[in-house]
Parts: sequence; C-alpha cells; structure tokens
Amino acid sequence: MENLNLVLPEIFISLSIMFLLVLGVFKKNSSKIIFNLSLFAILITAIITINETFSVSRETLFNESVVIDTMSSLMKIITLIGGFLVLVISSSYLKTFKIYNIEYPVLILSSILGMMVMISSNDLIVFYMGLELQSLALYVLATYNRDQLKSSEAGLKYFVLSALSSGLLLYGCSLVYGFSGSTNFDVISNQLNSNEYVLTFGIVFILVGLAFKISAVPFHMWAPDVYEGSPTTVTLFFTMVPKIAALTVFIRFLYVPFLNLIDQWQMIIIFLSIASMVFGAVAAIGQTNIKRLIAYSSIGHIGYTLAGLATASNEGIQSSIIYISIYVVMNLALFSCLLMLRRKDQYYENIEDLSGLSKNHPLLSLCLLVILFSLAGIPPLAGFFAKFYVFKAVLEQSMFFLAIVGLLSTVVAAFYYLRIIKIIYFDKEKDKYDTDHSIWLKFSLTVSTILILLYFIFPSQLIEVVSRINII
Amino acid sequence: MNFPILSSLILLPTVGALFLFFTKDKEGNNSTAKYVALFTTIVNFLISIYLWISFDQSTSNFQFIEDRTWIEGFINYKVGVDGISILFIILTTFITPLCIISVNNSVKNRLRDFLIAILIMESFMIGVFCALDLVVFYLFFEAGLIPMFLIIGIWGGPKRVYSAFKFFLYTLLGSVLMLVAIISIYWITGTTDVIQLYELGIDAKYQNLLWLAFFSSFAVKTPMWPVHTWLPDAHVEAPTAGSVLLAAILLKMAGYGFIRFSLGLFPVASEVFTPLIYTLSVIAIIFTSFIALMQEDMKKLIAYSSVAHMGFVTLGIFTLQQQGIEGSIIQMISHGLVSAALFLCVGVVYDRMHSRMINSYGGIVTIIPKYSILFMLFTLAALGLPGTSGFIGEFLILMGAFKDNFLVAVIASLGVILGAAYMLWLYKRVVFGKLVNEDLKKMFDLNRSEYLILSFLAVPTLFFGFYPDPLINTIEVSVTDLINMHNSNIASK
Repeated sequence: MENLNLVLPEIFISLSIMFLLVLGVFKKNSSKIIFNLSLFAILITAIITINETFSVSRETLFNESVVIDTMSSLMKIITLIGGFLVLVISSSYLKTFKIYNIEYPVLILSSILGMMVMISSNDLIVFYMGLELQSLALYVLATYNRDQLKSSEAGLKYFVLSALSSGLLLYGCSLVYGFSGSTNFDVISNQLNSNEYVLTFGIVFILVGLAFKISAVPFHMWAPDVYEGSPTTVTLFFTMVPKIAALTVFIRFLYVPFLNLIDQWQMIIIFLSIASMVFGAVAAIGQTNIKRLIAYSSIGHIGYTLAGLATASNEGIQSSIIYISIYVVMNLALFSCLLMLRRKDQYYENIEDLSGLSKNHPLLSLCLLVILFSLAGIPPLAGFFAKFYVFKAVLEQSMFFLAIVGLLSTVVAAFYYLRIIKIIYFDKEKDKYDTDHSIWLKFSLTVSTILILLYFIFPSQLIEVVSRINII
Repeated sequence: MNFPILSSLILLPTVGALFLFFTKDKEGNNSTAKYVALFTTIVNFLISIYLWISFDQSTSNFQFIEDRTWIEGFINYKVGVDGISILFIILTTFITPLCIISVNNSVKNRLRDFLIAILIMESFMIGVFCALDLVVFYLFFEAGLIPMFLIIGIWGGPKRVYSAFKFFLYTLLGSVLMLVAIISIYWITGTTDVIQLYELGIDAKYQNLLWLAFFSSFAVKTPMWPVHTWLPDAHVEAPTAGSVLLAAILLKMAGYGFIRFSLGLFPVASEVFTPLIYTLSVIAIIFTSFIALMQEDMKKLIAYSSVAHMGFVTLGIFTLQQQGIEGSIIQMISHGLVSAALFLCVGVVYDRMHSRMINSYGGIVTIIPKYSILFMLFTLAALGLPGTSGFIGEFLILMGAFKDNFLVAVIASLGVILGAAYMLWLYKRVVFGKLVNEDLKKMFDLNRSEYLILSFLAVPTLFFGFYPDPLINTIEVSVTDLINMHNSNIASK
C-alpha cells in the first residue's frame, strides 16, 4: 500500500467539496454556512499540507505519477492561502450583486483541487486532469455574475480560448508520448537522447498551451477582456492563484522531462519573457479601466517570472517563485483597495474614479501608493526585491540582453503606475467612498501592505524557504 | 564604539515622520507638526555634529562602521563614513531643518504630509552618503525618488505633473543600468561590499562597461549636459523647500557617487573616460551658462547655473589631482549652501509677489534692504568671489585642471566669467534699477524666520570662504588615499 498520507490534503479537499455540495443542495439558505465551512476546509487542508508533506524531500506515488516535494508543498500552501483570502474578501462583493450563492465557494475549492493536482503531477495525464478540473471551475467563475453581459462574455471568451489552448497542449502531450513512449516525466527524461529534434514539436505545443494559461505574450489576448468582465473577486482569483499552479507546471515541465533539451526551449522562454515584459508595459499605458490595467500589468509581471525560468538554474527557479509569491501579495493588496471603491452598493473600477482619493481617504491612498510603487519595483518596497532576485539570477547566467530589456521595460511600466499615483494624489477630489468595509477586507489590505512595506527588514526568510527547492 | 550612530542618523527622521503621522492634520498653519519635524531634524543635526567632532581626521579608514547580515550570504547592511561622506551628511542634516523652517509660506495645504515627505527624504539622503554596500547604496539612491516625486507633484506649480514625471522617469532610467552593473559586480567578484571591492579591485576588462552603467545613473542625477533637462523643470515647479533639497543635496549624491564608486572601483575606466567627462563638463559649463544668461525666470536661471556649477564639480573630480577632487567636494558643499540660499531668496520674493519673472522686479533695494544685502552675498558666493566658499571650490578645481589639462582649464575659466555675468545681471535686474512696478512698494522685508534661515546659510558661506581648513582637513587624508589607491591601481594594470 502506498503512503496515502502524502495525498491527504487532496483527499480531504475532495471530500469537503462533495460534502459542501450536498449540504448546499439540501439545506435552504445555507450560503453563509457553506462559505464558513469552505474557509475552514481550506484552513485544514493547509495545515495538513504543512504537517504531512513539508517534511518530505521528494516522494512519488501511484506509479510515480504524483510527486510530493518541497516545491509542491510550498506552492500548494501559497495556492491555499491565496484561495482562502480571495474567499474571505469576496462575501460583501457577492452580496452586493446578489450572487452570494453556495456554488461560489464550491467552485473555488474545486479549482484549488485541480491546481493541487497540477502542482503535484509528474505525469502528462495527471497534469491534464488537474488542469481541466481547474479550468472548468474557472469558466463558471468567470461568468458567475451571469445577468451582466460582460460577465457572460468573459466566461465564453475564456472558455473558447482556454479550450483551444488545452487542445494545443494535449496535442503536444500526445506528440511527446508518441516519441518517448511514456507519459511519465521521469521516464521521458530518460528517453530523450534519441529523438530530440522531433520532440521539439511536442515541447513547442505544450509551451504554447501553458503560455495561454499564464497569459504570456503572444497568447495573452483573452486576459484583458476576461479580467474586465469577470466579477472583481474572480478577477483577483484569476490574477493570483491559477498562475501559481501554472508556473509550477512550467517549472516541472521544463526542468524534469525536458532538461536535456534546454537549447530547444530556452530561446522560446526568453522570447515569451521579453515579449511579455515589453508588451505588458507598453499596452497598459492607454488603459482607463483598472481591471484591464491590472491584466496588462500581470502580463508584464509574468514576463519577469519567466525571465527567472529562462536561466536554467536553481537560482532562477527560486527567484521566479519568490517573484510570484511577492506578486501574489501585491495583487491581493491592490484588489483589496479596488474592492473598497464602493459608493452605495456600486463598485467603481475606472482609473478616473480614483481622482483625488488622497484628500478624502488618506490611509487608503497611502496603501495604494505603497502598492503601486512596489509594483513598479522601486526600493525599498517588496516589488523591488522580487525584480532584484530575478535579475540577479539572470545576470549570473550572463544573459545581459534579457536583463537590460527587462529593466528598461520597468521604466516604461513605472510610467503607468505613476499615472495612477498622479490621479490619486495630484488631481481634484471626487465624492467620498463608503468606509464600512468588512473586517476581512481591511485585514487583508493592512497585512499585505505592511508585508510589502516592511519586507526589506527581513528579506532572508522567504529566500530561506524557497532555497530548499532544488529541481535541477 | 558600540552605539550605532549612523543608523540612528538614518532612522531618526523616519521615526519623526511616524510621530507626525499621529498628529492631527489641520488646514493652514499646523504648528505642532512643524515643531515635531523641526525638533527631529535639529536633534539629527546635533548628532551629525557630534559625529564630526568624534571623527578621527588622521586616518582614511572608514569609521563608525556597522555591519549586519541582511540577506543571508549575499548583502550586508553596511554603513560607515570617511572624510568625504561626513561632510555630505552634515550638509544634509544642516539643510533639512532650514527647509522645514522655510515651509511656512510656500506650502499652504497638507503641511503635515509635506513634512513627512521631507523627513523620509532626509533618511534616504543620509543613507546614500553612508552606505558601504552597493546594493544598500542603490536602495537609498532610488528610494529617494518616491518622496521627491510627491513633493514636486503635490505641492508644485502649474506644470508640476509633467515635471514630476520627467524627474522620476529620467532618474529611474539612469539608475536601472546601475543596478545591472551592481549585480554584474557581484557576479564578477562575489561581493558588493565597497571596502572589499576597493581591496580586490575589478578586472580591467569589465571596467569600461561597468563604468558606463554607473555613469548613466550619475550623469542624469548630477545632471550633466545633455541629460540635464529635467532639472530646470523640476526646480521651477517644485515648492521652495523641494527646490532647496533638490539643489543642495540630491544633486550631490551623483558627485559623491562619482568619487566613491566611479573613481574608487573603476580606476582604469575612469582614466579612459576622462576626455568624455571633460568634454561634457566643459560643454555644461559654457553652454548652460549661456542658457542661464537668457533666462527670464529666476528659478530657471539658478537651475541652469546649478548645471554649470556641477560641470565644474565633475571636471574637478576627473582631474584626479588632489586639488581637483578637494575642490569638487568643497564646491559641492558650497553649492549646497549657496544654491539653497538662492532658491530661498527667490522663494521670499515669490511669496510676496507671486512671480518668478525677472522683469516683474527691479529697484527693490530701497524697499527691502535686508533682503537685498543677503541676496547680494549669495550672488557673489555663487559667482565665486574670493572670501566666499564658492571661490575656494572653483579655485582648487581650476588648479587641479591646470595641472592635468591646460586647454580644458582655460575654457573652464571662461565659465567663471560667464557665471559672474549671469549672476550679476540677475542681481542688477531684480534689485537695482528703476522701480517700475508700483506693486513692489507693498513688499515687506524679511520676516524673522526668513532672516534666520538666510543668516544661518550666510555664516558658513563666509566662514569657509575665509577659513576652509576645517573642510580641507576633514577630507584631505581620504582624498590622498583615494588618489594613491587610484595611482597604484593604474600602475599595476
């Protein structure tokens, strides 16, 4: 009998989903209970993950199709924390739109389960199952506010394009299977010496599929529309949580089965990275809707994350993981602010709505100031360190071109972050926004802002955790 | 010495800013906030004076070093001072309280926030001058952009948004290349510790590129011709206190960086690129002096004169002569005092008349005599009249330049004449002449706080003009050591 303890988190969360669904269907008006119970379930899952799996250095299960190692545990925990926080700050938003239903937490839990499977996968089929479970839940979440045209449109767009990318991915997987004779990452890795060039096709298709999922340029087209159309809390979920899982899969794909083919894929990743950094920076300039702007900025940030991956070194991978972790915190903070722009049950999401915010809401503006400067990568805020680690890893591999393009695009990106700061601080004020926010919203904003602001005092802690990840 | 005196210098203003955060933000004259800020900065000034007194002038070693692990196995938080940095720290702590006294008139709304920005700015500026690790230096150097952006953007004049953006993006663009260079240095040598790097030396084949990357950052910040265009805009739009900080201290970061890093870390490259610096400096001196001559706006004129003065500074640094470098440092200190004073002088008349145009003044000598006298003193100091600190700096720089390159020195000397021309012409048009504008009669002379600030600036300007020894003694050993190190590095290559 295999050591099922190691997949206990997945088992627990699956059982919780079924239980919550049944409870929700049979018990009337149970939204609140379901919300609280699902929070509880995520919490328990996180605790189990920390307890059971964090001590394991590397274990495989089910004919080596599932792998539990430090990276998977860490990424699962970040995913769970992200999911938890999204869920707690969603309630008031959902209530406003009268979509405070039992399906929401269940869908979030299902997509988290899918991500956890993806993160742990060591086999093409297991990976694909996780991916589809995650995606299906996300399609529904995107269109969750179905009475609004934009939300339905977002869900449809996301569904069509994501299905297309899944198709490409699957085609790539089948090519890889065809040429290597196995779906297991470790086996593929051992088989790779003979048919290298033919396999390149498979890798390219898989990379295209994955690039779709993380919205790297040139496969980013869906992101701004979907982000804009989805309910804000779902957008928050999109920008944070699936990216963690997709990044993990990216790392695993590139560095376990295809490490020997590094010459074939390195240029692709560098291209994706540069294109995303530059495009994300330039295209964000003209945006007027904050959610669209965040979509472009997240494209840019994915570019930086990929820059770390392109280095083909452990430091690079670690720097990418640090980057995405810090990015998750910054994003959470930014969206918490966005969810506070509410006046009489109406949410505002145009950049113009922030005009002169600093006069009426000095504290909220200060938080935004910190967050935006951090996103722009200005020291001593956390965002600077994220970029710093990535570029340190990049430069250690003498990839000067990538580093210089990346840093120059931060200057361009700084422009549009500054523009928001300008609107908040330099422009004329508008009416006050409501201030009766839920305690959780205030909590998440305060904690994440303080983390961003004071990260520089204890920068070593995060590195210490991440440095245990040694894939290569 | 166990007490972390440098860290407390860096931290104290930020702590003060935190305190300010909890004071009530009242419209109009917010005196509590001002007293808290003033108290903090004066205490900081006293600490820095104590630092100077207990500083050992006989050695070129870094003193008061604090070294703590910051990012495991990578960066240490390391600060320390030598003769060169200590003067800049004192300049910073001296100018900041004066800025705070001066905000009375120039900042009408959100005074508390303004003071917070100034205090945080002070922390960063002191950090820049004592950082002994490249990453720590970069961190402080860049972080200063945030408060300055806000100072210009929130409290500035009509075109403030444009100026704030230009300032921020220009400087950021310059600095990112420096960041690439810093990481590359870590990659090449395995450390970013400045003292260790001085000892290790950097392989000559890398130096040119690294030097250029640092140069791109410092050239923008100095600012050197042709990347100086952000400075006049920023100065014109910034509130008086912001202009003062910008001219008196921020520009000095780059000059300091040239001495500490460009010369210290890349001696071979510095030798290679001296002609480039000479050319740009001479163009800056002559060209911007002519531009200054044509200005209608007082602040712009002084801003361009700053560019010219900083041209002298870069020229002096790269003469690589004892006198040249000493002259540059003294010129920077002197320019810190004098340009601060000049901007305050402009601020004084601006507060009364709400015009910075030269032609809206004239003949005010009889109306506000006290002001006219002090303004004259600083005008003369700016043009480098003997007996003022400006003279010592320019004289030493030109001496160094003559030793190194006769032609450059001759051309630069022309800049002194041009400097005299535009400063005197400015003074003549503003203060002397016929009183055409009847409104000027309503002007009142310096009030107590303005008088206080300008006198505080006048004393060291005159004192160091007649007796520069305290300055020279402080920096001499460090500069000698820097030059020796430089020469031995060149010789060994």
